[in-house]
Amino acid sequence: MNQHSDQHTIIALVQDRPGVLTRLASLFRRRGFNIASLAVGASEQKGLSRLTFVVTGDQYTVEQATRQLDKLVDVVKVSNITSEDVVARELALIKVRATPSNRSEILEMANLFRAKVVDVGTRSLVIETTGEEDKIDALYDLLRPFGILELMRTGRVAMVRGKTDGRVSDDVGAEFDQASRNGFAVAGARFQPGHYEGV
Amino acid sequence: MELTGAQIVCESLLQEGVDTIFGLPGGAVLPFYGALSAYPGLRHILVRHEQAAAMAADGYSRATGKVGVCSATSGPGATNLVTGLASAQMDSVPIVCITGQVPRAAIGRDAFQETDITGITLPVTKHNYLVMDVRDIAPAIKEAFYIARTGRPGPVLIDIPKDVLAGEKIEFVWPDEVDLPGYTPPGAPEPQQVAAAASLINEAQRPIIMAGHGVLISRAWDELRQLAEKAQIPVITTLLGIGALPTDHVLNLGMPGMHGMAYASLAIDRADLVVSLGARFDDRVTGRIADFAPNAKIIHCDVDPSEFNKNVIADVPVLGDLKLSLRALIPMVNSNVHLDWVQETDRLRNEHPSLFIRKSDELLPQQVLKELSDITGGDSIIVTGVGQHQMWAAQHYGYREPNSLITSGGSGAMGFEVPAALGAKVGRPDKTVWSIAGDGGFQMTLCDLATAAENNIDVKYAILNNGSLGMVRQWQDFFYEKDFFATIYSGNPDFVKLAEAYGIRGIRVTRQDEVAGAIEEAMETPGPVVVDFVVKEDEFVFPMIPAGESVNEMLEEPNSQGVGVESA
Ligand SMILES: Cc1ncc(C[n+]2csc(CCOP(=O)(O)OP(=O)(O)O)c2C)c(N)n1
Repeated sequence: MNQHSDQHTIIALVQDRPGVLTRLASLFRRRGFNIASLAVGASEQKGLSRLTFVVTGDQYTVEQATRQLDKLVDVVKVSNITSEDVVARELALIKVRATPSNRSEILEMANLFRAKVVDVGTRSLVIETTGEEDKIDALYDLLRPFGILELMRTGRVAMVRGKTDGRVSDDVGAEFDQASRNGFAVAGARFQPGHYEGV
Repeated sequence: MELTGAQIVCESLLQEGVDTIFGLPGGAVLPFYGALSAYPGLRHILVRHEQAAAMAADGYSRATGKVGVCSATSGPGATNLVTGLASAQMDSVPIVCITGQVPRAAIGRDAFQETDITGITLPVTKHNYLVMDVRDIAPAIKEAFYIARTGRPGPVLIDIPKDVLAGEKIEFVWPDEVDLPGYTPPGAPEPQQVAAAASLINEAQRPIIMAGHGVLISRAWDELRQLAEKAQIPVITTLLGIGALPTDHVLNLGMPGMHGMAYASLAIDRADLVVSLGARFDDRVTGRIADFAPNAKIIHCDVDPSEFNKNVIADVPVLGDLKLSLRALIPMVNSNVHLDWVQETDRLRNEHPSLFIRKSDELLPQQVLKELSDITGGDSIIVTGVGQHQMWAAQHYGYREPNSLITSGGSGAMGFEVPAALGAKVGRPDKTVWSIAGDGGFQMTLCDLATAAENNIDVKYAILNNGSLGMVRQWQDFFYEKDFFATIYSGNPDFVKLAEAYGIRGIRVTRQDEVAGAIEEAMETPGPVVVDFVVKEDEFVFPMIPAGESVNEMLEEPNSQGVGVESA
């Protein structure tokens, strides 16, 4: 499910406290981690939200990112589910230019992708689609020749698939988390690059 | 009885065992001060600048092992704390700062002296709070102290709007416990990790222990000593680990790194195992990372898992409170002698006498430290600024006790020397506290000499006055074609007169034969003293491994093979 080898999916369970998003964002900026996407919403537990991050970077980056996230007091659990069997979805709204002559062609394409037309204007259509990023990218590419007026994507939300023992995403994380906290070594160089050499 | 928010702050501080607060009031925090005056158990020391409050809290904390407390008003008062917070964060020092904020209704409206201090301090605190309800004050304070002192310690800031301090009154309830589901400081280590560490140690032929600040923070100096002595492992101490083992202990090989002892850096280079105890592989220690300890496996013991694999990938990481980790480790480590290896380190020590002070007609700064060490018997608490004098203080003073060197290591904040020394002395009135200052750093915070005078805080200030920003000047000399641009202080004040203006005894020393007398006179004089040691202007700190280079590029004192005295 992870098309880009340098992309990692991280799930964080956080306390709903003022400023918690600022803390996360500030941490990513300060440590130089790149967020490809971020989706936030309520969790099944009162007072806790669940976030899905897609982080771009090598193994070192993602390992540091999860450990640093875990250090934040408001972060209850962090899980790197990149190598897990997950359901990953994104929702997109695409406003595409449409004329009476090509409208049916666009509708056909939308159908092909099981996308829904949620608004029909005189000169445009708004198409709603849900799926993995690749599917959204593909639909977008097909619609591009008609003229895209606006694109809105939510970013990935992801969840570990049900297992017989009923573990949920955070528990997978708990295991990873413990291994990570215990400092398992990443493959590759013994020394980390980018060490500071200035005054 | 119902209490105001301000009274609840005071009650909560008492519950946490606080006895001293360094601070300076202003409008937004005034309700707190209004309450504080009725709490004689909370001694407030009025500073002249809020940076001094934060740094004094830092010095107090390191000298006592307790959480240091400071307070400031909103806006500029709070922002003045930031340099002190950043330094405490980098050096893992537990302090709690209470700041006043504009009233709730005014927040977000650019009210007078409104600053988003929780936003500003996000990256320089371990955690922070904006308390918007009087009911949240006591839990926030309890959490703040818990977070500050547990795990890897650090500063916590609590920002409280004026109307929360002075508005609604409620019954004071001190919570039984903290509710922090996202915060679990590690305790005892995993047995497999300890076993793996023990077997690496038992196999090693040329092991070395690198003791960092973590040893002092977890009060594991006895365990460090037991481990080192049981297996006869030489110990190097990072700048912040100094004092974890007495300087004169036979196994103490001194400080490694940029201005460390050559033999310490060379020993790491030759070691086949580095046992890092509460150190974080800072670039000032490792130099060029790829060349650090090229022949060694690494055991990395830390309480902060994010340190693992951050700079160096450990062969065996051991997560846990260091004292508990060492207690688990020691019984599994075999007694050993490592005779060849210890002899080799002795040889390195003889071949590279890094603490050599050459003969000179001029007053050398190293000599001041050496004589201070001899006269005080290594028994003082030394607080330093940042620069050459800091490195000489690390090199030439013989430390006997844990936490007897207090310095801004990770942040390197000049100006630390004046206020942190005040905090240390307030916390440890039984100890002689010497502040080793640069004339540069001293002038950043000297306004707080008034605080020393006013409260008769008996700090002895030794300015190693080289009339310049010495360390930067040294870099210019070595790496910037001797272009001494913007590093020479040609208009320094007369520090003796300056001291006298504050009602403090001032002594000037310009000759070698005056050093001992001045030190003794300062110590015999009750109350704070300033000694202005006018030292050779262009003395260099050696050894030096230039930034980003390795031990192979180390520069040593050119005359170190000549006649002179071996120091410390
Ligand atoms: C607040 C701050 N500003 C600038 C620096 C950069 N800096 C590092 S050492 C140094 C010179 C310090 O001069 P002084 O306090 O006189 O000590 P010396 O090196 O002469 O012993 C400077 C400017 C710093 N560390 N901290």
